[in-house]
Amino acid sequence: MSNTNNVKLASELLEKDQEKRSFNLSILTENKSGLLNAVTIIFTRRKINIESINVSETEVEGVSRYTIVIESTREQAEKVVKRIRKVIDVFWAFVYENDEIFYQEIALYKVPTRAFLNGDNAEHLVRNNGARILVIEEDFIIIEKTGHQHETRDLLEKLKPYGVLEFVRSGRIAMSKSTRRTDLFLQELHNHH
Amino acid sequence: METLVNGKETITQKKTMPGAEAVICSLLAEGVDTIFGYPGGAIMPIYDALYSYQDRIEHILVRHEQGAVHAAQGFARVRNEVGVVFATSGPGATNLITGIADAQIDSTPLVCITGQVTSGLLGTDAFQETDVIGISMPVTKWNYQITDAREIPEILAKAFYIAKSGRPGPVLVDITKDAQFASMEYAYQKCTEIRTYHPIPVIKQDKLKKAAALINEAKRPFLLVGQGVLIAQAQEVLKDLIEKAHIPSAWTILGLSALDNDHPLNMGMLGMHGNYAPNVLTNECDVLIAVGMRFDDRVTGDLSKYARQAKVIHIEIDSSEIDKNVKAHVPVIGDAKQVLEALLPLVKENDHQPWLDRFHELHQIEEEKIINNDLYPQSKGIRMGEVVRHISEATKGEAIVVTDVGQHQMVTSRYYGFKSPHSSVTSGGLGTMGFALPAAMGAKVGKPDRPVVAIIGDGGFQMTLQELGTIFQYNIPVKIVILNNSFLGMVRQWQQLFFERRYSFTELKNPDFTAIARGFSIESQKVGEREQLPQAIAQMLSHPGAYLLEVTVEKEENVFPMVPSGAAVADIRME
Ligand SMILES: Cc1ncc(C[n+]2csc(CCOP(=O)(O)OP(=O)(O)O)c2C)c(N)n1
Repeated sequence: MSNTNNVKLASELLEKDQEKRSFNLSILTENKSGLLNAVTIIFTRRKINIESINVSETEVEGVSRYTIVIESTREQAEKVVKRIRKVIDVFWAFVYENDEIFYQEIALYKVPTRAFLNGDNAEHLVRNNGARILVIEEDFIIIEKTGHQHETRDLLEKLKPYGVLEFVRSGRIAMSKSTRRTDLFLQELHNHH
Repeated sequence: METLVNGKETITQKKTMPGAEAVICSLLAEGVDTIFGYPGGAIMPIYDALYSYQDRIEHILVRHEQGAVHAAQGFARVRNEVGVVFATSGPGATNLITGIADAQIDSTPLVCITGQVTSGLLGTDAFQETDVIGISMPVTKWNYQITDAREIPEILAKAFYIAKSGRPGPVLVDITKDAQFASMEYAYQKCTEIRTYHPIPVIKQDKLKKAAALINEAKRPFLLVGQGVLIAQAQEVLKDLIEKAHIPSAWTILGLSALDNDHPLNMGMLGMHGNYAPNVLTNECDVLIAVGMRFDDRVTGDLSKYARQAKVIHIEIDSSEIDKNVKAHVPVIGDAKQVLEALLPLVKENDHQPWLDRFHELHQIEEEKIINNDLYPQSKGIRMGEVVRHISEATKGEAIVVTDVGQHQMVTSRYYGFKSPHSSVTSGGLGTMGFALPAAMGAKVGKPDRPVVAIIGDGGFQMTLQELGTIFQYNIPVKIVILNNSFLGMVRQWQQLFFERRYSFTELKNPDFTAIARGFSIESQKVGEREQLPQAIAQMLSHPGAYLLEVTVEKEENVFPMVPSGAAVADIRME
């Protein structure tokens, strides 16, 4: 490869490093009160907005997983992840680009029941969009859809004509494409030190 | 109560006692002999328990909680141990914050214990309730609120372990009043492990080999000494390494005193007001070896023009510092002493005399243009540098020197000839004016056998001068030198250089500092003539108690060299 090509590659790489995009932070922690604050102030201090956050238990008892989505540069995401690893009750933090994970969000939509009584348009809409009806009450119906943000937003747009009473979407949850087992990983982390 | 010491673990037999007493017993189990603090409603049970233990633990009643933290910092820095602070809830706790932030950025181990309102009142805006956990979270290494007395020994054990291990830092433990009163079964076990926390990283052999190879091939190696060297007690092996491989070395302000000043490979201070040669040659070295330092912007200036030509070896215990500011070609993550010990046999004996001569050449220029005039001025007014030179000579470089923040701090760091490690105490990262007086007090309590000299500006002295009361009450024989230029000197210098001499609110109308000292029964003297200096300093040092020496210095002296903020290190200004 010629030298100019090398230079070009390096500058492209650098550019990619400086480009803002989605990063998914996956953080394994103790399940302790106050920890959420300890983690989120790291973003506050750097004026990084948290686009989405989810905290849940893992298959390992007492261990929680935070999934945090931010818009930032690669460089900044990596610095933040290193800082998060320093929080005392954090086991480890990973950083992933969107193509390194499988991820989903879940959305709920509340629409008036009568919208569904006038013909079967709305029902069609639910079926054709990979959504399902969660509950039917006298006054309202709750529809549930799992998907990526643009998909759940699409359905929202389509439901709007029927009068959406309420819409809510969960934080993103994600799994990496690795075959690592959480408990073994934690064990290894411990043994290594 | 019987204390059994069994190897590294201290286990005490169970005994029923109130939580407050358990706090004191836990401190004793950690070997604490000194507490700096200030009482109030929410911490009264702990103070009451302390009353019965006065024969085994000394408590120093400061005059303001900020003074307590700075004193504990001074104590911690000279002893390389954890400093301990007590304060009450609400304003007591908030008064700690500046000092805690200072300790955090300068990696100083502290355990701060604050009283808190009864747990049932949490969140009710009860009298003197403040969310100190929330407030202190960004500036502590760890914090925790105890609402159950049974947690006290375990949490305090954890607090000491976290504060001291790895990269040290301040920890805050907030204890509600009901937990202090409640009865519990006390037993103490030292903390030696936390499953999510790995303070001493395992050194990677491949990195070590790469680092050694780079050092061995280097023609112009240059080593930067940070505070990590002092914290790890690595100063001896550092010396062995630089002598063996013949590497010129310079230090950050917090690395000061790790290498004695007259060591032939000591090339001086880095950064904004550092020496000429090490700043300029940062941009000429081929291998830059940074040990226990974090490439603060005051050290690097413009990062895009910092050591771009060099291969960087970064030896650092905190992996989040790697690539944070300066990209490391070879990061070696680990304790500085362990890394240097492992590196020493891998590096070859070497000779870099021509490269060293470059440093000497440039130093010659600095000497002619700046240093001579700072140390032996011809001008009428006294310059800060000559005062520091006299103090350095009179103490033979063997004092612990504590500085505040500003011009006098830079001048002292440049000109005091330190001979032994852990002897410089200053607020580097936060630049906290008001630090020196209480920190000097803490340093003297920590090392009563060594002379402690505080060098302070007239501005900074007035931020914490209430601690003269503490010095008076406990007879703490610190020597206080006020370099009085009737200005907030460092800010005035910037106004002169970068704001067209618009001296906006930097001139001070000062009190008679000697009269203030007299008010606290502290011996004092004021001098303004060059000829008086040696005698006045000798008198101060030979006086058995505390002493305040006010020196009237030139009003508009400037500190040079200077890397203007945002400029490249190589563009260091000589005037
Ligand atoms: C608490 C605090 N407030 C403000 C500053 C900004 N500051 C840095 S140096 C300085 C002037 C210090 O003046 P003085 O104490 O008289 O020392 P000199 O520079 O004259 O030696 C000021 C105001 C600071 N560092 N700390």
